Amino acid sequence: MRYFNKKLVIVAALMATTGTAQAADVEVLHWWTSGGEAAALNVLKDDLANQDIGWNDMPVAGGGGESAMTVLRARVTAGDAPTAVQLLGFDILDWAAEGALANLDAVAAQEGWDAVVPPALQNFAKYDGHWISAPVNVHSTNWVWANKGILDDLSIDEPSSWEEFVAAMQKVQDSGKTALAHGGQAWQEATMFDGVVLSVGGVDFYRKAFIDLDPAALGSQQMVEAFNRMATLRSFVDDNFSGRDWNLASAMVINDEAAFQIMGDWAKGEFLNAGKVPDRDFLCFRVPGSAGAVSFNSDQFAMFNVSSPEAQAAQGEMARAIMSPTFQSAFNVVKGSVPARTDVPNDDFDACGKKGMTELAAASARGTLVGSMAHGHANRAAVKNAIYDVVTAHFNGEYDAETATEELVTAVDLAQ
Amino acid sequence: MSSAQTQSVRTGRVTRSFIYLFLLVSALFYLLPFFIMLLNSVKPLGEITGGNMMAMPEVFTLEAWKAAWSTAQVGVEPTGLRPYFWNSIKMVVPAVFISTILGALNGYVLTKWRFKYDTILFGLMLFSCFIPFQIVLIPMARILGIVGLSGSTYGLILVHVVYGVGFSTLYFRNYYAAFPTELVRAAQIDGAGFFQIFYRILLPSSGPIIVVCVIWQFTNIWNDFLFGASFASGSGAPMTVALNNLVQSSTGVKEYNVHFAGAILAALPTLLVYIVAGRYFVRGLMAGSVKG
Amino acid sequence: MIRQGEVDFRTRLQNWIPKVVLSPSLAMVLVFVYGFIFFTIYLSFTDSRILPSFGLVGMENYSKLWRLSHWTTSLTNLGIFAFFYITVCTALGLALAIFLDQKIRGEGVLRPIYLYPMALSFIVTGTAWKWFLDPGIGLEHTMHLWGWTSFKFDWIKNRDFAIYTIVLAAVWQTSGFVMAMFLAGLRGIDNEIMKAAQIDGASNWNLYRRIVIPLLRPAFLSAFVILAHLAIKSYDLVIALTGGGPGRATELPATFMYSYTFTRNQMGIGASSAVIMLMTIAAIMVPYLYAELKEKS
Repeated sequence: MRYFNKKLVIVAALMATTGTAQAADVEVLHWWTSGGEAAALNVLKDDLANQDIGWNDMPVAGGGGESAMTVLRARVTAGDAPTAVQLLGFDILDWAAEGALANLDAVAAQEGWDAVVPPALQNFAKYDGHWISAPVNVHSTNWVWANKGILDDLSIDEPSSWEEFVAAMQKVQDSGKTALAHGGQAWQEATMFDGVVLSVGGVDFYRKAFIDLDPAALGSQQMVEAFNRMATLRSFVDDNFSGRDWNLASAMVINDEAAFQIMGDWAKGEFLNAGKVPDRDFLCFRVPGSAGAVSFNSDQFAMFNVSSPEAQAAQGEMARAIMSPTFQSAFNVVKGSVPARTDVPNDDFDACGKKGMTELAAASARGTLVGSMAHGHANRAAVKNAIYDVVTAHFNGEYDAETATEELVTAVDLAQ
Repeated sequence: MSSAQTQSVRTGRVTRSFIYLFLLVSALFYLLPFFIMLLNSVKPLGEITGGNMMAMPEVFTLEAWKAAWSTAQVGVEPTGLRPYFWNSIKMVVPAVFISTILGALNGYVLTKWRFKYDTILFGLMLFSCFIPFQIVLIPMARILGIVGLSGSTYGLILVHVVYGVGFSTLYFRNYYAAFPTELVRAAQIDGAGFFQIFYRILLPSSGPIIVVCVIWQFTNIWNDFLFGASFASGSGAPMTVALNNLVQSSTGVKEYNVHFAGAILAALPTLLVYIVAGRYFVRGLMAGSVKG
Repeated sequence: MIRQGEVDFRTRLQNWIPKVVLSPSLAMVLVFVYGFIFFTIYLSFTDSRILPSFGLVGMENYSKLWRLSHWTTSLTNLGIFAFFYITVCTALGLALAIFLDQKIRGEGVLRPIYLYPMALSFIVTGTAWKWFLDPGIGLEHTMHLWGWTSFKFDWIKNRDFAIYTIVLAAVWQTSGFVMAMFLAGLRGIDNEIMKAAQIDGASNWNLYRRIVIPLLRPAFLSAFVILAHLAIKSYDLVIALTGGGPGRATELPATFMYSYTFTRNQMGIGASSAVIMLMTIAAIMVPYLYAELKEKS
């Protein structure tokens, strides 16, 4: 807040006089630059064009939005914030706390968002009781993607417990194939850690550790067990995993080189692009031991403060368009995720998409829908990255499980 | 400033063969990454993902090049890199021009119109070459916002001039230090003014150092990503930002051949500058910055 | 410069012009360099998180910084990186320059080949390097396909060796520039000195060791300063090749600072690491500048 609001006013005045952005345009900062994602965004762009709202594209790719966040900071500091910004989880709340976000209550009330958006998601789309952001989708991270052909050849059934999963991976490894396709980047290891922690201690333990940051939970024997399971997973990964992009890991499963990948549901797009069909060529199931729980993350477009009434109107229209059931369906069919509202028909979705929608609704009802630690929906960026550090250091053999647990407690403490 | 070769070193046949071998092996090492990029930019995608990165293309195609230039997805628009190329030109040319002129004038003042504490001022300016750019991002954004240049090409030009002027001053100062001051004095006695002397006497013999300075500034500014991404508007973004969007797309199919073609396209202007003006580079360095 | 008697309005004006010409550059540097440095120093004592804020917290950021194993790791990595980068670049640059100076046929072709990597940013070459170093698709794979199946080159995947792949790529990029600096130095050496030494019967080896290399001292110094500050600022390279991994094996202070400032929303800690980097750069630069400028004036 502090110097900010005052600055925004000054610059708003400047903006009005220099007119760098046309009144009824929306300027959108995002990192969705690949073919499928951009195609999905085009749906939104066309929607807005029909209402004479121009789209000023401002893509900044790289590092899952890291570069975009740097740019955002520069733009907000300059007092020239984009109209709408793709944001994740706690980042939204942090920006709201700085007083940089606009109020969407009017649109939300008209469209009845309160009734259709799952409460767990509302925690990230509302600040202080006011809507500040429009969720586009819900991803979840505790998925396993499996090559059905390999499993059938080795007569492996879909594993339902951690022990069965380990046995299945052992069988694959014995057959000479790679059991687990994995890309050695910190966020990918953290994504696996989401599922592993859920499989060890369930939703309660997950909440205590990652959301409440309870030192007792973080330093518990269960956490040691979680790190041990990570080490088990490490032993099923091929030698060449380090630094590999996640989509190349998916390609290993697609090309019959590897049996499993633990990855969020965006991986599905890779399978579909390769012409694979769910349940025929590949399987999707929750990380064994974590069934019933869903660790989610949600891409949202947070609306920043803009000054002119025209720009505010355009912003409102954009938020409305994002939340419309047709867009939610069209976008998420392409993206692999599920809609951010629960009343969207599932007709256009494939088997995995339908499964994801059902499980999301069920988890939301049962209270087992938890924010993903790996994707900034369990805690602030500082804490998230501190956990990344420990998880990736352990996965790469720098710590054993006990040391990693101790380091985790220290790292989380220092990050707060 | 003739490039006199050292005449007097004699070498035997064995030594000479070794020297040639060493030079050629090094040349291969330097060429390798570029060669890999070039080779794979003319292969269809299927040949890349399954095959050998060093294998000659079975099917030769320029599709990837066309795609990178004019149809590849950069953001929501399938524009390719073409529009961003001009953005970069519009930013680089004025920024290089201004920082070179300022550097030349500063060098001229600091060597021929010396005053008290001028070396300290020069030292202060020089230190600016060495600050990590990440730390200036936030305060720079505030200042650009205050003066109303945020999200514009002018703002970017300003930023590049600010952080380029240290190096250009260094080059010109060292170069002009070797320039005979008597000539300047004589012209002064003849009644020539400050700018006249600069324009008529120093500038005409500044060729080599101008080349060094322009090469240096051009490559640095052209290749900048951090400032371009932070201070340009979306459609005004320079080439490197667009290339980054093309190459780093967070999810989806990686079209490596298009990435490589795009990378080479983005590098062409700087490569051209090096190849065309490169021979003057050593000469310019020799005349100025090293011998000092 | 101007004799006392001639001081009239015009010469007084002429006396002011140089200072007026210098002042815009100076003003820019004072604000945009030193102003920002002080701003960063100030931030390092505040509780800034996502944006600058002005609540002072004393030395807390610094004490946190030194308790982070992440930071000490990145300092150790910088030590290894800088040592090998500077040594190898200087050695390779010097060797290339001396060899190129032997009236080599094709010098005009070779020189731009050594120099061109300077023209490319790592956004451009990063993908190619990553490919080349990746054992699954790069050099190792190619050697296997060509029949040398025992060939192993998996440094980039190895925690203990990954930092050397960063050295390799960094050397590739800047050694050509170092070569140009040495070549310029060599071409500036008076032929008479060389001739005299040869008449005295000095061997080539001794000629270079005893006479030429000592004469290149200024070039060595400039090379060292340029390489040292590039080492401390190295950022693009790490991001393009390894992103700091495997684990944290290639994390450097520049990547540390960026990630704390911009992705971890701990701007205070980021600023304190920036201050330490600046102090390191100053510790290298200030003595050099002092010596250089004192000599010249």
